[in-house]
Amino acid sequence: MSGLLSVRDLRVGFGQNPKANEVVKGVSFDLGPGETLGIVGESGSGKSVSALSINRLVDFGGGRITHGSIQLTRSDGTVLDVAKADEKTLLGIRGRDVGMIFQEPMTSLNPVHTVGAQIEEAFRLSKGLTGAQAHRATLDVLGRVRIPDAQSRLGYYPHQLSGGMRQRIMIAMALAASPRLLIADEPTTALDVTVQAQIMALLAELREETGMAMIFITHDIGLVAGIADRIMVMQNGFAVEQGETDGVLDNPQHEYTKHLLRAVPHFTSGKAVRDDGRRAEPQEPIVKVDNLVVRFPVGKAWFKPKGAIHAVDGVSFDLVPGETLAIVGESGCGKSTTARALLGLNSKTRGEIFTEAGRSVRPVQMVFQDPFASLNPRLNVEALLAEPALANGQRRDDALRERMTFLLDRVGLPQDALTRYPHQFSGGQRQRLCIARALMLNPDVVVLDEAVSALDVSVQAKVLELLVDLQAEFGLAYLFISHDMAVVERIAHRIAVMFAGQIVEMGEARAVLSDPQHSYTKRLIAAVPAIERRKQRFAVDMTQVPSLVRPPGFEPPPAQWREAGDDHRVRVEDTP
Amino acid sequence: MGKLFSSLFRHPSGRIGLVIIGLYLLAAILGTLGLTPHDPLKLFAIDRLKAPSETYWFGTDLLGRDAFSRLMVGIRQSMLIAFASVAIATVAGTIIGLLSAWWGGIWDGIFMRVMDVLLAFPAILLALLIIAIVGPGTMTSVAAIAIVYTPIFARVVRGPALSLKQRDFVDAARTFGSSQGYVLTRHLLLNLVAPLAVQVTLALAWALLTEAGLSFLGLGTQPPTPSLGLMLAESRNLMTHAPWLMIFPAVTIMLGILGFNLTGDALRDILDPRTQRREA
Amino acid sequence: MSYVAQRLLTFPLILLGVSILVFVAIRLVPGDAITAMLGTEAGLLTPAQREALSVYFGIDQPIWAQYLRWLTGLFQGDLGISSIYGKPVFTVILERFPLTLQLSLMSMVIALSVGVPLGVLAASRNERPSDLVVRVLAMLGQSTPNFVVGILIIYVLSVFFGFVPAMGTFTPLFVDPLASIGQLIFPAITLGFAFAASVTRISRSAMLDVLSDDYVRTARSKGATPMSVIWHHALPNALIPVVTLSGVEFGYLLGGAVIVEQIFALPGLGRLVLDAITQRDYALVQGTVLFIAFNFLVVNLLVDLTYVALDPRIRIGRR
Repeated sequence: MSGLLSVRDLRVGFGQNPKANEVVKGVSFDLGPGETLGIVGESGSGKSVSALSINRLVDFGGGRITHGSIQLTRSDGTVLDVAKADEKTLLGIRGRDVGMIFQEPMTSLNPVHTVGAQIEEAFRLSKGLTGAQAHRATLDVLGRVRIPDAQSRLGYYPHQLSGGMRQRIMIAMALAASPRLLIADEPTTALDVTVQAQIMALLAELREETGMAMIFITHDIGLVAGIADRIMVMQNGFAVEQGETDGVLDNPQHEYTKHLLRAVPHFTSGKAVRDDGRRAEPQEPIVKVDNLVVRFPVGKAWFKPKGAIHAVDGVSFDLVPGETLAIVGESGCGKSTTARALLGLNSKTRGEIFTEAGRSVRPVQMVFQDPFASLNPRLNVEALLAEPALANGQRRDDALRERMTFLLDRVGLPQDALTRYPHQFSGGQRQRLCIARALMLNPDVVVLDEAVSALDVSVQAKVLELLVDLQAEFGLAYLFISHDMAVVERIAHRIAVMFAGQIVEMGEARAVLSDPQHSYTKRLIAAVPAIERRKQRFAVDMTQVPSLVRPPGFEPPPAQWREAGDDHRVRVEDTP
Repeated sequence: MGKLFSSLFRHPSGRIGLVIIGLYLLAAILGTLGLTPHDPLKLFAIDRLKAPSETYWFGTDLLGRDAFSRLMVGIRQSMLIAFASVAIATVAGTIIGLLSAWWGGIWDGIFMRVMDVLLAFPAILLALLIIAIVGPGTMTSVAAIAIVYTPIFARVVRGPALSLKQRDFVDAARTFGSSQGYVLTRHLLLNLVAPLAVQVTLALAWALLTEAGLSFLGLGTQPPTPSLGLMLAESRNLMTHAPWLMIFPAVTIMLGILGFNLTGDALRDILDPRTQRREA
Repeated sequence: MSYVAQRLLTFPLILLGVSILVFVAIRLVPGDAITAMLGTEAGLLTPAQREALSVYFGIDQPIWAQYLRWLTGLFQGDLGISSIYGKPVFTVILERFPLTLQLSLMSMVIALSVGVPLGVLAASRNERPSDLVVRVLAMLGQSTPNFVVGILIIYVLSVFFGFVPAMGTFTPLFVDPLASIGQLIFPAITLGFAFAASVTRISRSAMLDVLSDDYVRTARSKGATPMSVIWHHALPNALIPVVTLSGVEFGYLLGGAVIVEQIFALPGLGRLVLDAITQRDYALVQGTVLFIAFNFLVVNLLVDLTYVALDPRIRIGRR
């Protein structure tokens, strides 16, 4: 066995009685030097715990390895069983043979130390470098992770950097030791899709340069397809399938793997869009937004604001009944702000929002992203569902109860849910509750603000199905906000792409996805990890998101559009 | 509610705390109803300065009064003042903190500045100032402690209320058009019960401490009504001859404060999601 | 507007509010103002003398004019005359202030130097016996009022050591440092006892929170030693809540000084307030309360500024 890592029958448990509370129930795999293993699973699969066991960090979170061995071949050739090693030996492998990067770059960096100091510490711990040597090495590694202007960045504190930059700092710290194995625990989950692509490209390149092995943990099977040599699928603490990447993806053996591959929305560049679009027939739009501008004053001077964040800078679109318009973009593009303005949660600085008085007093309702946060934990389901009705004059009578049970049934929840509390439901069930609540007032339009983004992949698929059914049954119009192109492909009739507060491209879903015109749309689509394109190399591209802060009184130049098809417009870009 | 008590009872500190509070409440009730071993005001002139015995469980003082009975009435006084003042402070502070967070803007600024002014005084000092104006006594103690603690409650409520205001379910309520009253009570207040409960218990502990301190200085409950602090103060000169007169009031005061502190701690452990995560 | 600027601007506003509150509070004392100012001697005045004094004290003026007059007097250091001592209030305060200041500082030093290490130790040995012992002791300590501690100390000293701590006099620090500290050591322990317990609990809980934060996990993954994790990575972050809470608790120290000075018969500011109240010297009450509140506000401001120095997120905004 000349491999780097050999894990046999690993079992890890938590709490007072670890053997009774096992989260990892017998996992085995091998890893050779320079190989990349992708561990894929949904929440609760035990993938992170398995990874944290390799350098025994689980111990600090209350976990214990109850069984099995983890044989690690160190740089000097000796083989160590990590599962049985003592703390002193473990200190010798952490940050040296084994490096790690984590999911949340914001909280994973010490807020009171400069990034330079934190990287220098990594050099000191792994190679004993101090003073000027450590300083030079830090500058050098910052260059390798492509951080521009490295000298001045050294003195920055983590909160002054963006998410992508912070993750690069983490990678730099892990690289300092020239580790033989890098464990990456969902390193891009918290990042925007284009930033994710940049980090993935960086990791692929560094892997080539250093020849280090990598264990890449993720819930996104499409993402790992591009970087892993082998894949291991985990479910409920077991490794249900593992093998060469191509083999697992093209020829899955286990039911769960097949289920995952089916449930994951595959991005097919427009081939899988819906074809029940309504635009063919002329109709009155139910929502019409005209040149919406939302600005937030910034700079806490007493009387005069120092400038403004141009969150939304001139957005126009409309919605007809029965249609889904998806607004796609990354964080900070203004899509959520637009949605909230539509519902009156943000006050608009300028612009008009017309909503046809439709079937009810409040024709527009919303489903939020976080199913935990959008339901008051102290109210039971009956109170939660009743609230919108009671707020609009209905009384607590039998008709109300009937409507509640009817909607509960339609979203696939049992009748006895009425007496229960939100914490007794799973994430997917809670989101169904939110959908039922949104439908209580019989709205014409439902705004779905990243409504499926926080759900596991298999749950996501079911909820999307439900949404499509409901749309047909009740003739709803959807405004679907998302950053996930693959999900959008499944549900949208029309797509609007937003960047820096403006719509840059809009039109029929098939047209926008199969023939993107604007440079940002192209970049966005190129960054979407897709199983079908796993052979494509990620290009390393360093574009940063522009700042949205402008001096007071600044007005963007008027938009110029060009037509690229029947229902396909593109904003004209300034040629650089 | 019932679930809360049972989880409190299961918690080690909570159990001890609840038992102590229960005992003290019992003593207070018995004291009020006059069911004490002896009449707390009666002077048993023959039995002055007697050490603890079968007749006088905690001994007698300089004037021949039964220490145990006086302690029971003293506990009654302390509990009465503590509960009354904390009740007032809770209601006033919660209303101010909640409205301050909800209205925001200029009202928030004004309310919080006024609270800051009150908080600029060390607590005992503010109480002393009030006593200076109105004169010492039971009612004054209640008022003083209530006034001192109101801004603390306002602060304790305002912080969580501000972050609750940002939560999605409050936004959702706004999209339905729910009335402000509904949002304030069902959405905000219901979710504030947890931090409030902890703070109320700790406030009770502090109120007991302050009341004892004020009566120790002679500025609280006035004689002849017994009060724990005054009993302790009076015992100073007789410390060497009659140590029991010092020890029992001291222990009684400490135990009472301990009981509420333990309960508050247990509540905090039970209700704080962060602690639960840490244990996991 | 930056955090520092905000704090510096609200400071005089609150000071103003405090002065108004104290002014109004004194005017609320039942009885007429002359009696309030002169005490029992007011009974010896003739009506003509009363009239003259009214004009002199400006009592015939409307209330806001009186306030302004009093305020301008404040800026000149004129806090009125004490009826007990027959001296300017300001002078009396300055005589007694150094003792209370030294007492508070000594208590702070004792509390912090005992509390923080104990709390950190307990957190690092979480769930083990030493942690439990510290928690129990801290809980007991926090539940013990300072007057109980004081009396117990005196009792133990007199009964078991036959020794009574010096009372009534005070040697200033610059005259004889050793004697000065020696005189105040027991009162300082009394005053700092509950504060130390409080600091222990706060340090422990802050450390426990910080130790479960993600960046500590990152430090461990880099191979940082356990000592380094606690002292270099965790503690600077844990100190932030400790500092903020210490500032708030300092008020407790100032208030507690009143009781402790009473028990140990120390001629300090706290005891002055008490005497002023019991002997109805309202000018003195007003002056001392104002002075103590002012000091407390200054300490809070300093604590807030320290907070800025400790936390770069406040110091530097997002760029």
